[in-house]
Amino acid sequence: MSETGKIWALHLALIAALIVAGLVLPAYHQGNLARILVLATYAVGYNLLFGYTGLLSLGHAMFFGAGMYGLGLAMQHGDVSALPAFVIGLICAAVLAAVVALLALRTIGVAFMIVTLMFAQSAFLTVLYFGEWTRGDEGFVLQQATRQIAGVDLSEPTNRYYAALILFSAALLITLKLVRARFGRVLVAIRENEERTRMLGYDCFRHKFLAVVLSGTLSGAAGAAYGLLFGYVGASFTGVQYSIFPLLWVLLGGAGTVIGPFVGALFMFYLIDYASGWTSAYMLIAGAVLVALTLFAPLGLMGELRKRWLRWLP
Amino acid sequence: MSLLQTQGLTKTFAGLTAVEDVALRVAPGEVHALIGPNGAGKSTLVGMIAGRIEATRGQVVFDGRDVTALPAHKRIRMGLAYTFQITAIYARLSLADNIALALGSPDRGAARAALDRVGLTECEDQLAGDLSYGHQRLLEIAMGVAQSPRLLILDEPTQGLAESEIANFNRLIRELAGDTTILLIEHNMNVVMELAERITVLDMGRVLATGLPAEIQSDARVQAAYLGVSDAEA
Amino acid sequence: MEFGPHLMLAILEGAVGAAVLSLTALGLSLVFGVMRVVNVAHGEFFMLGAVLAWFVATALGGHPAVGFVAALVVAPLIAGVIAAAADWLILKRVEYDPEATIVATIGILYIMQQSALMLYGPEARPVEPPFNSRIALPWVEWGENGLALFYPWGFGTTTYKLFVIVAAAALLVAFWLFLTRSRFGLIMRATQLDRETALAFGIPVERVYALVFGLGAALAAFAAVLIVPISQAHYLMGGDPLLLSFIVVIIGGLGSIRGTILAALLIGLSDGIISVFFSPTLAKILATLLVALVLVFRPQGLFGKKPA
Repeated sequence: MSETGKIWALHLALIAALIVAGLVLPAYHQGNLARILVLATYAVGYNLLFGYTGLLSLGHAMFFGAGMYGLGLAMQHGDVSALPAFVIGLICAAVLAAVVALLALRTIGVAFMIVTLMFAQSAFLTVLYFGEWTRGDEGFVLQQATRQIAGVDLSEPTNRYYAALILFSAALLITLKLVRARFGRVLVAIRENEERTRMLGYDCFRHKFLAVVLSGTLSGAAGAAYGLLFGYVGASFTGVQYSIFPLLWVLLGGAGTVIGPFVGALFMFYLIDYASGWTSAYMLIAGAVLVALTLFAPLGLMGELRKRWLRWLP
Repeated sequence: MSLLQTQGLTKTFAGLTAVEDVALRVAPGEVHALIGPNGAGKSTLVGMIAGRIEATRGQVVFDGRDVTALPAHKRIRMGLAYTFQITAIYARLSLADNIALALGSPDRGAARAALDRVGLTECEDQLAGDLSYGHQRLLEIAMGVAQSPRLLILDEPTQGLAESEIANFNRLIRELAGDTTILLIEHNMNVVMELAERITVLDMGRVLATGLPAEIQSDARVQAAYLGVSDAEA
Repeated sequence: MEFGPHLMLAILEGAVGAAVLSLTALGLSLVFGVMRVVNVAHGEFFMLGAVLAWFVATALGGHPAVGFVAALVVAPLIAGVIAAAADWLILKRVEYDPEATIVATIGILYIMQQSALMLYGPEARPVEPPFNSRIALPWVEWGENGLALFYPWGFGTTTYKLFVIVAAAALLVAFWLFLTRSRFGLIMRATQLDRETALAFGIPVERVYALVFGLGAALAAFAAVLIVPISQAHYLMGGDPLLLSFIVVIIGGLGSIRGTILAALLIGLSDGIISVFFSPTLAKILATLLVALVLVFRPQGLFGKKPA
């Protein structure tokens, strides 16, 4: 099989497996997997910037939150129906990402990480400040009756699972297409050596700007979907922890691999789920995994796999 | 008509003048060497020409157009190519990917041809970082050539190359000359004398002399400032 | 007599915050300055100091001063040793790569925070101050009958708060002397200027790094022991000092000790003053945005010189 054939076969097989999983899994795991698919979409968005462009953001929760609150506030206070509210969420995330990109891309390295962290912190505090609308830490619940698109009730577990799967598949295939196209190659070139790339005639700023906006929009789509599918909008989703999570998933699964974010989110979700069964300090696992990854597997699961056996893995 | 022309080009770093008032003319098709002792400002000068370094004062005119305010990537797209003094390749990408980025297309046949042209026989799937230092220099040159530029700026391309590789390099430049204009910073005087049609000597940020190789060789000021020094070193 | 006295009180409260903040931020700045490493777990060493202070005070019992003095010695020491060990076992092995270091210190943050949750619990616990008598503050104002002295006018402060300010100031001076006069200070500055040259001169850079990392953590822990009789020890208390220290280090110019202390005073004081008069959340939003913009448009900090 040709390389392109193998690549498409692998990713379509993953989607097919997930379609089947929705039919055979018990309710508890189907619910988990629906959540994982939405979170993996978030990780896919994060990976586009961190894994492919080499920009480490510590503030992606603001994009996730922009999508979630864009949708949630429109539905709660604007009586907007679910689909247009989802679009509003996407637009909010895209606009925020564009503004953040224009400012943050003036910095590099450690300063970029801290600037994104600071912006996200301001966004988090803004959500708290407008507590009258956002209900702050407590958050608000979206009425079940409003959570439907084209008559399909998205609060029903199986519908919810397949809605999450559609979102994730779209994100996965878009990324796959993107990173194999010229645009994605240039992002990787910028990650590897920005000055060289500039001196080959590529407009690095434009590429990085688009990468931030795309990554932010995908993250926002995940945030909006999370609110819509699980019916809850809360400030904790814009906090620092939700900026660290996608970094953790992507690092674990393999930064700069299309499939890695899903693998990372899947493993981490069940690891934390398992750990929270016996201790309230389950984030200890997350910390230990982060340290272990930097020390022993900086490329992540799929990254190590690619290095050793599957050189063709995109 | 010159392909490249600078007027009054000046760069000061925190009050120190690295390049002062440089007027340079490079004619289409010529191989123009830029020589001078270490710290003369050669890399800063070509950096300003390529757009890597912002000029404090002065003008860069490329192909009849004032490009002084143009960002580097736009100058490159106008037909300028630049190879770094310190090797700047994509160490974690394959040779084919390195060339593809220079070509702007993933054509493997063209990549192979570009590698062959500089005498790199390694497999194009090998990682660039695994090449020897000399071969990384060759890859850097191959990337410059692959862009089919009208003006190719080479910053000390032969540094770290073996004798046989230098001979190969000289042959490549002679092949390119005529179609491609070449601005060459070079310390190896044998290479300069063999390739250059015209030479500009830079000393302490200023142009000391410009002319044919024979004129430069016999110029007393140049000998004092530069050639003399290099003789003493040898 | 309305605004003035309240401002004085706010300044005094601010000064306590500034004193603690300058010590904490100094630790972060020192690590960044010498090692070019951002320690995201810095706030957790602060938390560790506070929690250890509680353990020490509880274990010793007796007069509160005994536990307090013991904590002042023991907590920074333990925090420093743990930090040095983390440097030796983790950061050194990733060769201080900026990204890997940030990720690893995020990991350390969670490990420390969650270990505290397991071993110390989710409660906030107080530590008794060694002494704490109230002192009323005088206020002088030009009134109808000329200069008038109001004493007492209702509000005051405590001897312990004044002690915190004095103790922090003393430690800062001592630290400054240590940096500029001692042999180790010289070695540290040499390492900061040029790692390679320092290595060439036979400076054991690896050990200097471990010590500096430990010292940075010890400073944070010391600050926490000072503040814990006023606030309380809690496993999540590391977040705010981390963020504030970040802000201070950025405003002061990354890695500049003098800038850090100046910025700590400025921000510590204004944080106290602002939160007395305005909504703290709004103040925090504006402050955070402002700092991000400083980093974007003036990366050398407000007090730093523009690099060439």
